[in-house]
Amino acid sequence: MIIRNGNVVLKNSVEKKDILIENGKIVKISDNIPANGDKEIDAAGKHVFPGLIDMHVHLREPGFEKKEDIESGAKAAVKGGFTQVCCMPNTNPVVDNKVVVTYIKAREKEVNLCKIHPIGAITKGLKGEEMAGIASMKKAGAVAISDDGVTVKNARLMRLAMEYAKGFDIKCLCHCEDKDLVDGGVVHEGLSATIAGLKGIPRAAEDVIIAREISLAETLDAEVHICHVSTYSGVRMIRDAKRAGVKVTAETCPHYYTFTDEIIRTYDTNTKVNPPIREEIDKQAILEGLKDGTLDCIVTDHAPHHADDKNVEYNYAAFGISGIETSFGFAITNLYKAGVLSLPEIADKMSYNPAKILGLDGGEIKEGGVADITIADLDEKWTIEPEKFVSKGKNNPFKGYELFGAVKYTIVDGEIKYQA
Amino acid sequence: MLKRKDLLGLIDASASEITEILDLAEEFKNRIKKGEKKMSYLEGKTATILFYENSTRTRTSFEEAAKYLGATTINIVAGNSSVAKGETLVDTGKTLDAQRNDFIVMRHPIGGAPYLLAKTVQASVLNAGDGMNEHPTQALLDMLTMREVFGSLKGLKVAILGDIKHSRVAKSNLFGLKTMGAEVTMYAPETLIPKGIDQLGAKLCKTRQEALDGADVVMGLRIQLERQQAGAFPSLGEYAANYGVDKRILEYAKPNAIVLHPGPVNRGVELTSDVIDHERSHIEDQVLSGVAVRMAALTLLNEARKA
Repeated sequence: MIIRNGNVVLKNSVEKKDILIENGKIVKISDNIPANGDKEIDAAGKHVFPGLIDMHVHLREPGFEKKEDIESGAKAAVKGGFTQVCCMPNTNPVVDNKVVVTYIKAREKEVNLCKIHPIGAITKGLKGEEMAGIASMKKAGAVAISDDGVTVKNARLMRLAMEYAKGFDIKCLCHCEDKDLVDGGVVHEGLSATIAGLKGIPRAAEDVIIAREISLAETLDAEVHICHVSTYSGVRMIRDAKRAGVKVTAETCPHYYTFTDEIIRTYDTNTKVNPPIREEIDKQAILEGLKDGTLDCIVTDHAPHHADDKNVEYNYAAFGISGIETSFGFAITNLYKAGVLSLPEIADKMSYNPAKILGLDGGEIKEGGVADITIADLDEKWTIEPEKFVSKGKNNPFKGYELFGAVKYTIVDGEIKYQA
Repeated sequence: MLKRKDLLGLIDASASEITEILDLAEEFKNRIKKGEKKMSYLEGKTATILFYENSTRTRTSFEEAAKYLGATTINIVAGNSSVAKGETLVDTGKTLDAQRNDFIVMRHPIGGAPYLLAKTVQASVLNAGDGMNEHPTQALLDMLTMREVFGSLKGLKVAILGDIKHSRVAKSNLFGLKTMGAEVTMYAPETLIPKGIDQLGAKLCKTRQEALDGADVVMGLRIQLERQQAGAFPSLGEYAANYGVDKRILEYAKPNAIVLHPGPVNRGVELTSDVIDHERSHIEDQVLSGVAVRMAALTLLNEARKA
């Protein structure tokens, strides 16, 4: 395959080049590659990105196929431009042993769209009581461990897990949430919560655990990754820790860098997400954190739900936003077009850094590299229509929002898996 | 004339809408006082009173209001209906609509629940209290009492003390009173003050004296025992000593100040008995105003439906 005349987003520059792909690898990047009779993609006027990687999604299978399954999730992923996704273990049964990891890897092959990397649980059943089989899950294909959805409440157990995981070179992805401080809250604690009469979640609920995980990583000289950062104070702590040499990395999501908690005032339960969408000061700090490198990755925390889980009173609604089909558009619109990040920087946040943090193949367009590629038209404008998502989860509160950046091709191992 | 399908809160109620409701309520109150208890404004209409939380006074007040207006009323208590069998609010709403209800009066423990119901049904929804959000008819009846005593709401100074954080009454009063040009001061333990309430126009005070200074109205809010159990303050005794209003504290308010409380009162906690039973207390004679305000709201929403 030859991708011709695209604006190729390289590690440090954007250059108009042809790309020659053979046997799933990028063989050559140069001007005027001669035709070889293979398929050619005319990418003139479009941008060619390293295949996007979303290191934080929920595919719901096994157990919650009413919300999403591996096939529908993978279809949504490639439509969103993603060539690799990492799925969280809060399924039923929980991904806390090699059998479930193996099942997901088998489904990945059957579905045969994007690469799917299971994340194993830190503790058995996500109960926070005893460690899951970390080494055997890693051998079966797990790329990280996380109790995403809850924090490992017992700091001693978290310390042991972090320490033990070090020996297998597998990272803990930490969902930071002190349940006592959440205390039944459903939205960010502030003016909007007061206006809506909904119970608030203070920043401290997230921050005290971010502080704990940083402290454990520093003490143990271990690597730790902080999930879906939503607070300005969390960004500041991570920045300070990085400067001090702590091995901490972090991610955020499009809804945290684009919106503020005012959107909850309509009681649209699709705005209910954990951690909650916070205030302008947080949004600005997250943009700053993306800019200065404090926040390494952009993930979607794609959390599909069935309408039955959302068409209820706000407190009863499930937390989560179905976001894998809109993430790239948000990045192009609110980061690139808004002048926050360059295209190579977006490729870092959405491909290179996730690959590096988890040790995945990919993340960069380079000769000899894997041919995972996303081609997009950055000037094409489109409107979010959740009812048209291919994900089973139509739970996205940004209906009607206009985005730039339309994915045209998603190529995995040199094969076109999605074409607009 | 009211131009709305539902009465969900005072957050978006204009001064003219509030005035219209209060004017009509005053008229109804006078007619009831003269013994007129059978009117025909809602003849042939059905009002369902759907309560997901216990309540005596609000429920009976709405029921009486609908009956005085000639409507048929249906009472649904969540504990003994299909609701208890796990039916969702949306499905309950659809059923009530299919039964050709004209009005649904709902109390619900979760903020915003009436908005979900109103979006689902054709019937007009009246919020009889939703979680920590709003209780518009309670605030309207408080405002009716204030207007009767002082003639106007404009420039009145209203001091609200108690569990403001969990009080839908405080919020509806704040929205309504600010819209009508009154001043609102608040005083409570920091743990019972919701974040950002000052940005909505409430003046947060550091002492009881500051809150009551020159007040025309002193409103106590119920302190629920569960708040103390949840650790919001150490004991009811400490609360009463620092945040309660007794006769001595009441002296900080204007000499002709009135005392209100949405009830039920914990005697000796929010207010001492000598304050509750004080000649300036309007806690008991608010019952008739409550019926009149609810009659006014139902009648005006009915007219809006016809229009």
